[in-house]
Amino acid sequence: MKISEEEVRYVADLANLKLTGSEVARMRAELDEILAHMDRLKELDTSGVEPMAQVLYEAGETATLRPDCERPPLGQQTALANAPQAGSGHFKVPKVIER
Amino acid sequence: MEIASFTIERVQQGLRAREFSAAELAREALRFAEAENPKTNAFLHLCPARALAAAARVDEKIARGEDPGPLAGVPVAIKDVIVTKGVRTTCGSRLLEHYVPPYDATAVTRLEEAGGLVLGKTNCDEFAMGSSNENSAFGPVRNPIAPDRVPGGSSGGSAAVVAQGTAVVSLGSDTGGSIRQPASFCGVVGVTPTYGRVSRYGLTAFASSLDHIGPFGRTVHDAAVLLGAIAGRDPLDATSAEAPVPDYTAALDGQVKGLKLGLPVEYLKNLTSETGDLIARGVEVLKKQGCEVREISLPATDYAIACYYIIATAEASSNLARYDGVRYTRRAVGADTLSEMYRATRGEGFGAECKRRIMLGTYVLSAGYYDAYYLKAQKVRALIARDFSRAFEQVHVLVAPVSPFPAFKLGEKIDDPMEMYLSDIFTITGSLAGIPCLSVPCGKTAEGLPVGMQILTRHFDEPTMFRLADAFEKAGGAAGL
Repeated sequence: MKISEEEVRYVADLANLKLTGSEVARMRAELDEILAHMDRLKELDTSGVEPMAQVLYEAGETATLRPDCERPPLGQQTALANAPQAGSGHFKVPKVIER
Repeated sequence: MEIASFTIERVQQGLRAREFSAAELAREALRFAEAENPKTNAFLHLCPARALAAAARVDEKIARGEDPGPLAGVPVAIKDVIVTKGVRTTCGSRLLEHYVPPYDATAVTRLEEAGGLVLGKTNCDEFAMGSSNENSAFGPVRNPIAPDRVPGGSSGGSAAVVAQGTAVVSLGSDTGGSIRQPASFCGVVGVTPTYGRVSRYGLTAFASSLDHIGPFGRTVHDAAVLLGAIAGRDPLDATSAEAPVPDYTAALDGQVKGLKLGLPVEYLKNLTSETGDLIARGVEVLKKQGCEVREISLPATDYAIACYYIIATAEASSNLARYDGVRYTRRAVGADTLSEMYRATRGEGFGAECKRRIMLGTYVLSAGYYDAYYLKAQKVRALIARDFSRAFEQVHVLVAPVSPFPAFKLGEKIDDPMEMYLSDIFTITGSLAGIPCLSVPCGKTAEGLPVGMQILTRHFDEPTMFRLADAFEKAGGAAGL
């Protein structure tokens, strides 16, 4: 067995994901099968291979820095328009600090 | 108006001849899409006001004698993971059911500048995660060719509208095959351009090192025109490439004699189905056009699925962290603490496939597993990319199947995620290497189900990819001749 229900609950906690009891059981079985398949990567010798974090191709230098000039931002009201709860120009969330 | 079979060229002819105005065409397209959509559920919602406003701009330009652009009056559908200002963008998720973006994706801005009419938003797997479109929170899409079957995924709606005729062309997104596989299942052309060729500004991020935007069309020509309109450097996407955009339609000249094609032996060795027969017949068509064919080995192929589902889920777990109940419309009720609110919102908002991928991605990135999974997968990715660069030292183009099988029945594979993942084998490799690839119709099975042939080329060599696909199409490849 690659993964236990306890580990599933631990990972769900890291991912801020609330899972029901039956979801945990099902997730354990599915992840187990998928992780077993992923283990086959161990067969492959990758010593001396550089990890590929991005697609690389032959090309001239890309100017990834734009000129540092002002651009109008979205604006507070627009940025807040999709907030489930907003007020006084802020996103509102449940209380995090007790006075 | 036989709008269901219109091509971009046909729309231009009609506008030039004053057979119809852009506004008339837009109204007819909207009427037709609304009437036909219940058969497939391919559109999630239409945006008539936006389409009609764009049509009016095209008509004004024509009236003033100005060039209305290469997509003038062309009804375009947009996958609902690509944001549209003022038009709901759900990503196929309950979480974003009511999300109205405050800006447009660059690809959308560009196709409208080229005269295109955004008709509506298309159904897809939730956050583009899936191979069947069954992971949409708003119901599956039915394949227009065979309504009891899936259209493929994740861009199932975008493929289906083009096959059904309710849009002329469409935009999809591809992370591991999400354009090519549905194009193959629905019998249309679908293009995944070189990584960085099209700006992803406004594409809802799934796996940033793999995500692409690309076009669907009923012909290679239409897909080439749409790609030409949206491609090119965008200051708003630092990963978009500086490389100049050639005129892709100029490549559609039929000059394929002497082109060297490679057949990946690893893809074809176990492919004994009708799909294999149709691909073999397609290769014969290309030989008759004067192409030289040889076998090519891509030895790391067997490791591609494992590699992809580690990298893609790792990146997804990070990208989807933003849906936390603070900024994006949906928040679970009744949570007393911030942390409880995050958990409950995500737990009730995400569907099963998204949860599975968030979990997998979080696991492979977690302490103690990073080296064994994520770092290892990045090294295997380098080997897969190296396979392709070695192949392209010997041949110009690779020709391969898109999917091991044609469209399967709704519900047939949804309960077995691992089997669903394995079906992505032929498309995932090109995505990992970031090379341009497309699916072009290559005939139908005895049951009448479309099969696509995949054409893969070197980075930024879209012209050769389009040239070969166009020659194949014109030689009757789609009819399986």
